[in-house]
Amino acid sequence: MEILVCVKRVPDTSENEIEVSKDGADIERDDLVYSVNEWDNYAVEEAIQIKDKIGGSVTVITVGDEEAEEVLRREMAMGADNGILLDDEAFEGSDGKGIATILKAAVEKGKYDLILTGAQADDGAAQVGGMLAAMLDMPYASLVNSVDVSDAKKLKVGREIEGGNQEMNEIELPCVLSIQTGINEPRYVGIRGIRKVASVEIPTYTASDLGLGADAVGAGAAKVKRLDYFVPELGEGAEMLEGSTEEKVAKLIELLKAKGGIK
Amino acid sequence: MAQFFAYISHGDGVADDAALEMITAAKKIDPSASVTAIVTGSGPDLDKVANELTASYPEVWKFNNDALAYPNAEVIRKALVNNLPADCILLTTHDTLGMDLAPGLSIKLDSAYVADVVDFEGLEGSDIKLVRQEFSGQVSTHVKCDAGNGAVLTLRPGVFPADESKSASGNVVDKDAGDVSTKRKYLEVVVAEVGDVDITKSEILVSVGRGIEDQDNLEIVHELAEAMGADVSCSRPIVDAKWLEKSRQVGTSGLTVKPKVYLAVGISGSFQHMGGIKGNPFVIAINKNPKAPIFQVADVGVTEDILEFIPELTEAINEAK
Ligand SMILES: Cc1cc2nc3c(=O)[nH]c(=O)nc-3n(C[C@H](O)[C@H](O)[C@H](O)COP(=O)(O)OP(=O)(O)OC[C@H]3O[C@@H](n4cnc5c(N)ncnc54)[C@H](O)[C@@H]3O)c2cc1C
Ligand SMILES: Nc1ncnc2c1ncn2[C@@H]1O[C@H](COP(=O)(O)O)[C@@H](O)[C@H]1O
Repeated sequence: MEILVCVKRVPDTSENEIEVSKDGADIERDDLVYSVNEWDNYAVEEAIQIKDKIGGSVTVITVGDEEAEEVLRREMAMGADNGILLDDEAFEGSDGKGIATILKAAVEKGKYDLILTGAQADDGAAQVGGMLAAMLDMPYASLVNSVDVSDAKKLKVGREIEGGNQEMNEIELPCVLSIQTGINEPRYVGIRGIRKVASVEIPTYTASDLGLGADAVGAGAAKVKRLDYFVPELGEGAEMLEGSTEEKVAKLIELLKAKGGIK
Repeated sequence: MAQFFAYISHGDGVADDAALEMITAAKKIDPSASVTAIVTGSGPDLDKVANELTASYPEVWKFNNDALAYPNAEVIRKALVNNLPADCILLTTHDTLGMDLAPGLSIKLDSAYVADVVDFEGLEGSDIKLVRQEFSGQVSTHVKCDAGNGAVLTLRPGVFPADESKSASGNVVDKDAGDVSTKRKYLEVVVAEVGDVDITKSEILVSVGRGIEDQDNLEIVHELAEAMGADVSCSRPIVDAKWLEKSRQVGTSGLTVKPKVYLAVGISGSFQHMGGIKGNPFVIAINKNPKAPIFQVADVGVTEDILEFIPELTEAINEAK
């Protein structure tokens, strides 16, 4: 099976406190640690496991700048066969539809049986997979947490729904799936693995390589535009305990007792 | 102004809570908005829901079709595309059905799409100004959405107050879904397994998140829970890493808990996690990041490294006994 996995380079929220810049135009990016979007790692792992089971290839693709190449290499170190970087100034400011439009153009340059995305990325939109499927006129299933590939023409997939229940579906190939975390245990990649793929050629496609006009993608085409970043004042917020650690412990025990938090 | 629609899901003959939240949301976009409700399904349950909604919506579109008996987003999308007018504004919920349905719907309708909206700040021309969050709630953003060609918007459940006025006395309109053949077939729902401890019944929960960093460190959380007489629950990454059973997960894709006291350690406070905490418990959060979103919703907050703080707390509780 020829599998394409869409991946995105994002600030790693477990490594960073995200702060809004002074003018609110952006977040503070200077000291941010970036990594591959958590959900995409599970998608790549799933693709590799499918390939190992029934053969084929795994290609990872991203819309990003030259720094995004590092996440492609990381996923190739996991076991993806090819990487594709989609990079052009014309792509800047794209909304979700713009990203899906760019990815669609790249999909049509190849031939894939299965396209995987993460369920969502850093801005929590959970949109690109479903948009891409609709543009390609392929069936789609989101929040997939199990994939059964025993049939050559259709997959049996589980979708995670509310309450941790699982909705089972049959979906015809080719299709697009968005992958939910927990579907597998993504393998660890060490420095050595990354070094091994350090010199592999990664093709870069621009808007003109993809036959995309400037009016189809980028800020000009975006119907959805972020105006600013801010930190909201929600309600009163928590009463923050102050003082030394010992004092905080003492206050907390007092509160726990008062509220029935210690049996 | 464009026509407003609200796609409403339902179960056991009752409309989802979001049904009344969407009315409030639509009025925040345009106070003069008149919203048409849409429900899909089959059988008597659907009739019941449609009738219930006439109290709140002037018009309810009812799609009665065997293919819609289970809410398969691929089928619903086709029914909607076959019927919705161009340029309409469609609201629905940012839940597992909304995520499945809405992005593709916006493409098929050639309209704008914004997911997980938490607030609206009105309309300027055909631009809707709205608020959403990024980085699991660590920052918010104002967004401008050009709805000139229509828009599909999903709303975060529970943030818009329900419109309880029930003054619509509307009517139900039967709609023909049209061709809804799809390449995805619904098979069945597999219900989540029950665990060794039923956290939905627990009075005191110590809930652990990714801040615990390592599986071995879970020991200190178990010790704290034991000292307090509490049960241990967790956020999703702990289950994804297989450190605890799924039956310990609190949240929209886990269990809904209603304890008296909820002590969250190393949890950032994403809406999917907090969505599983009901009954207004006393929430205490311990997190080393003073800007963690959970401090906005907790009753009491402690900014500390849990790996150091928890053992001290446990020891002090045991001493105080
Ligand atoms: C469809 C869908 C459904 C979901 N359902 C659920 C669900 O049911 N339940 C759920 O929980 N999540 C759910 N999620 C995931 C959710 O969006 C968040 O990713 C998740 O809740 C984050 O878990 P966390 O707070 O433990 O981790 P993080 O967001 O990574 O937060 C870890 C926190 O620990 C703090 N920390 C780190 N080290 C320390 C230390 N040493 N001492 C003190 N604090 C420390 C950090 O400051 C941070 O705030 C769902 C997501 C999707 C897309
Ligand atoms: N710039 C991008 N390049 C490649 N894939 C992307 C990009 N942005 C989003 N995606 C894919 O779409 C998924 C969902 O992201 P989003 O819709 O932005 O929440 C991600 O997990 C990726 O698989």
